[in-house]
Amino acid sequence: MAKRIDVSGLSAYYGGFRAIDDISMNIEPRTVTAFIGPSGCGKSTFLRTLNRMHEVTPGGRVEGKVLLDDENLYGPGVDPVSVRRTVGMVFQRPNPFPTMSVYDNVAAGLKLNGVKKKSDLDTIVEKSLRGANLWNEVKDRLNKPGSGLSGGQQQRLCIARAIAVEPQVLLMDEPCSALDPISTLAIEDLIGELKERFTIVIVTHNMQQAARVSDRTAFFNLSAVGQPGKLIEIDDTERIFSNPSVQATEDYISGRFG
Amino acid sequence: MAITTQNPTPPTAAKHAGANVTRPGDKIFSGLSRGSGILLLVVMASIAIFLTIRAINAISKDHGNFLTTFEWNANANPPVFGIAVLAYGTIVSSIIAMAIAVPIAVGIALFISHYAPRRLASPLSYIVDLLAAVPSIIYGLWGALFLVPHLTGLNMWLDEYLGWTVVFEKEDPQGAARSIFTVGILLAIMILPIITNVSREVFRQVPRMHEEAALALGATRWETIRMSVLPFARSGIISASMLGLGRALGETMAVATVLSAAPILSVHVLDPVGGTFSQNIVAKFGEANEFGRDALIASGLVLFVITLLVNGAARAIIAKRKEYSGANA
Repeated sequence: MAKRIDVSGLSAYYGGFRAIDDISMNIEPRTVTAFIGPSGCGKSTFLRTLNRMHEVTPGGRVEGKVLLDDENLYGPGVDPVSVRRTVGMVFQRPNPFPTMSVYDNVAAGLKLNGVKKKSDLDTIVEKSLRGANLWNEVKDRLNKPGSGLSGGQQQRLCIARAIAVEPQVLLMDEPCSALDPISTLAIEDLIGELKERFTIVIVTHNMQQAARVSDRTAFFNLSAVGQPGKLIEIDDTERIFSNPSVQATEDYISGRFG
Repeated sequence: MAITTQNPTPPTAAKHAGANVTRPGDKIFSGLSRGSGILLLVVMASIAIFLTIRAINAISKDHGNFLTTFEWNANANPPVFGIAVLAYGTIVSSIIAMAIAVPIAVGIALFISHYAPRRLASPLSYIVDLLAAVPSIIYGLWGALFLVPHLTGLNMWLDEYLGWTVVFEKEDPQGAARSIFTVGILLAIMILPIITNVSREVFRQVPRMHEEAALALGATRWETIRMSVLPFARSGIISASMLGLGRALGETMAVATVLSAAPILSVHVLDPVGGTFSQNIVAKFGEANEFGRDALIASGLVLFVITLLVNGAARAIIAKRKEYSGANA
């Protein structure tokens, strides 16, 4: 179920502005890949091209190829809706549906996929909430609004919602930046467990977090404001944080800029 | 030198004294705003008192039951008048207007906020705004001279195929369509802009992150609207509809021009009979004597109360919405 991602020659635009330029990388299944880099370097934009969410922004368009195993996500006739059912996403700020209960939030994606039987839904909702380490905290309040949970619980609810539809890949756009350290730790532990089932890509501003959770790290940078972001290098996390091959990476990681 | 003469007291003393200093600007402004507030209350209270006193005077001399009598003969001796037909006509025509206008308005609002490209959305919003700017007498003339003759076909069709529902049964299928139903259609057009505009604003306020949550799960555009936009906007749509309902209930000229009024309470909405509060007031005011005017005021008071209730309900819903949208913005 976890798939490999091969990106080649990918550029993304907002109207006439090129946000990221000519990015190529491979992401192995069942690994965690972290994207780091200064603000505005296009790492979130790049992440959003991996499930075709970039193009929902007005003026957003993409050139290049993203292969999921052997299927080009940007191939002719590929439906972005079905891409997003295969590649799940968790956002920076927890965004459970505010009018839905905890249960309905997790079941939302399943219902879109046509799962109707109550017993099936019950099973998958419980499995997903357990998978997101949230079951014990919410099992007595499944019918309460999802927006009533704490920030960290809401984010794990969003993760449960995303994994309920059994995606091939899970994208996380700074999933902990709105959370306190305890909740962050809970999410990081969860990422460690989830990578046994999913290919995970995570954008983070927190370099310790990248070092803690990821197998591979990609460093993005931009030469100046208004210039497109570029992939500087991608390597094993250990190597990036000890002995990167590019000087700019070393400077960024050691805090000499950015 | 000039500065010291203007500021004779030492700085510390001035600072402490400042708590008690009244500045003329503050005084004038607070007086003005307080005065405006009081004036508004006085105006509201005097309207209510005026209506109530005159209404009580009329109702106490009514020889029919004010609530259940059909006809309106306030000038007769003894006076016999009641609001049954008027209340029924007002409410039924408003319900018809709402049934037609709300779905269309929500559709237009969704189209403007979520489907139309920007260069189409702004002119469309503008046209909808223009609809609101047309004076109601113009709608009335258009309704009487254009809509009524052109609705004969629809009336015959409704009578033939939906006549079994009783509601759409028409005594004289080919007769003029000067009915409560036609009034409802006209009112629907008139309340369309306000419902559309308020709904459109609510739809635009739906946080982007809620829509992205649905999109990222693999929702289509319609599923996104169903999962995140409509639930978020539901109370907003309700209050928008209430505002439209308020206007439909009170509309006068358009109704008076179109409706062929008769004091008959009929469930057949296509029959050219019935009346509404404001239509009745306009129609009877000219010929009414002193007492007849009091009677009309009594009917106006009932309309006033109904409108107040509708607006109160709309406000209650808006207030509730505030509370819940703060839960997760």
